[in-house]
Amino acid sequence: MKWTLLLVVAVLALVASVVLGPAAVPLSELLRSDIVWNLRAPRALLAFLVGGSLGVAGAALQALVRNPLADPFLLGLSGGAGLGAVLAIALHLSGPWALPIAAFIGALAALGLVYRLGLIGGAALDPRILLLGGVAIGAFAAAITTAIVSLADAAELRNAFLWLWGGLSAASWDSVLLVALYAPIPLAILVAASRPLDLLALGEEPARYLGADVEAVKRRVYLAASLLTAAAVAVSGVIGFVGLVVPHLARLTWGHRHRALLPAAFIGGGALLAIADTLARTVVAPRELPVGVVTALIGVPVFALLLRRWTIS
Amino acid sequence: MLNLYAVSYRYRLASRDALDRVSLSVGPGQFVAVLGPNGSGKTTLVRIALGALSPIEGRAEIDGRPAQTWPRQELARIVGVVPQREDNLFPQRVRETVLLGRYPHLSIWGRERAEDHAAVDRALAACDVTDLADRWLWTLSGGEYQRVRVARALAQEPKLLVLDEPGMSLDLKHEMGLFELIRGLVDTQRLGVLMITHDVNLAARFADSLLLLESGRPVASGAPADVLTQATVQTVFSWPVSMQTIDGRPQMIPLRQPKESHG
Repeated sequence: MKWTLLLVVAVLALVASVVLGPAAVPLSELLRSDIVWNLRAPRALLAFLVGGSLGVAGAALQALVRNPLADPFLLGLSGGAGLGAVLAIALHLSGPWALPIAAFIGALAALGLVYRLGLIGGAALDPRILLLGGVAIGAFAAAITTAIVSLADAAELRNAFLWLWGGLSAASWDSVLLVALYAPIPLAILVAASRPLDLLALGEEPARYLGADVEAVKRRVYLAASLLTAAAVAVSGVIGFVGLVVPHLARLTWGHRHRALLPAAFIGGGALLAIADTLARTVVAPRELPVGVVTALIGVPVFALLLRRWTIS
Repeated sequence: MLNLYAVSYRYRLASRDALDRVSLSVGPGQFVAVLGPNGSGKTTLVRIALGALSPIEGRAEIDGRPAQTWPRQELARIVGVVPQREDNLFPQRVRETVLLGRYPHLSIWGRERAEDHAAVDRALAACDVTDLADRWLWTLSGGEYQRVRVARALAQEPKLLVLDEPGMSLDLKHEMGLFELIRGLVDTQRLGVLMITHDVNLAARFADSLLLLESGRPVASGAPADVLTQATVQTVFSWPVSMQTIDGRPQMIPLRQPKESHG
């Protein structure tokens, strides 16, 4: 029942984001419309894939760092990606892929640094240090980003600023295809780690005695969730709160077992971002809001309600 | 089943061995308790026995295979552990947490089978917590919670059960109840039990064999009556005691110290 409902919501979200938009496309011409086929459809699918990826990455990372308030972007990736993107803008790198590639490289660099910091105490990956290291690396990258932006001219500044708040306007069938080929690998790794993630919620020592290969699981989950987030941020900029709020909403309905939670977070995250992007395109049409603004405007109140629930129970 | 042959261990940067040539054996239907004051090496001993640490000297074997070479999932099918601490990140119900004990028996993609749910039901019944199955963990009393954790370890269907200070912070009824439960499992299911405790009297009442540790060294081992002599207990626990016998088992009564030597 709850799965059916979730799927219905997801399908409705996708349909709405194809039907609605600043340009009025008559329903009779919907399937023949160039706007629908080449702009709205790839954009809706990309929003769904990115939102789903962020939902799954967030749910897995919350179990890994043992903090239910963890967001995929807390691990420094957004700072690294932002720095990469702003550098690409400042250096006037051109071509449709310059920005995503630069952002992806920036995210990977941040991932590598944070991972290295997480291993600082020895061979065991320390999730608490991952979290602190992520915040530190993110702040450092943001400082450099701001330094670059402050020296840029007005047009560059505007581009960089908009990119940092996320947007799916660059979506194309190529980017959909790329994400659709890339994301299933880290997604499958995370889903395969569902049971060890359940065990990790008890703590590392009990998890080990219940059969989890704890060190391998931590590395696998950190790397897979980070690679998923890095790809999401590369194609769509920094979209906050999806990875935080969606896992929480999914936990309320599906509980904390990752075998159900991760798929629910994928579909829920996809639906939420498709809806948020539709709002971003339509509420101030013909202009457009960065989608990260919309997810934050929806996400923060929801988050506040969840926090209230959390502290009462 | 579990055999330690003169194992020694030293933590990095430590000035003395945490364990110094300790031997131990637990077979089916045997209840072995490890006793000693704080810092005597009890927890290190458990970590070595379970392959979480590798001994720097000596050997730790489970079913004849070095403990640290067992893949964790395979080991979890024959050894159930009730660790001293755990900290559940998310709220969970009793049946859910006991089901985690079946994870070592499941493949990555496989679902829980009927036999898994049957094993959970048996474990709940064995620990007398069937009535609590749908309760949230955080609504349980300390004694109920410990029984549930034992049930989770039993759901693993192990041959060996390892418990680290299971009686801590339990009141009399629940502590005795827990020890009676463990003893019953040893007698009825031929389970081997290794228990870490600092409760000398309960260990003496319930265990078949004791190992007494002091600063990582084995002071005495064997039947409770042989191990717990007044002289040994006084030396190891650094406190004057009187020994009495109840049900044929030695029991320790700590004495007041004369005032002038106090402090």
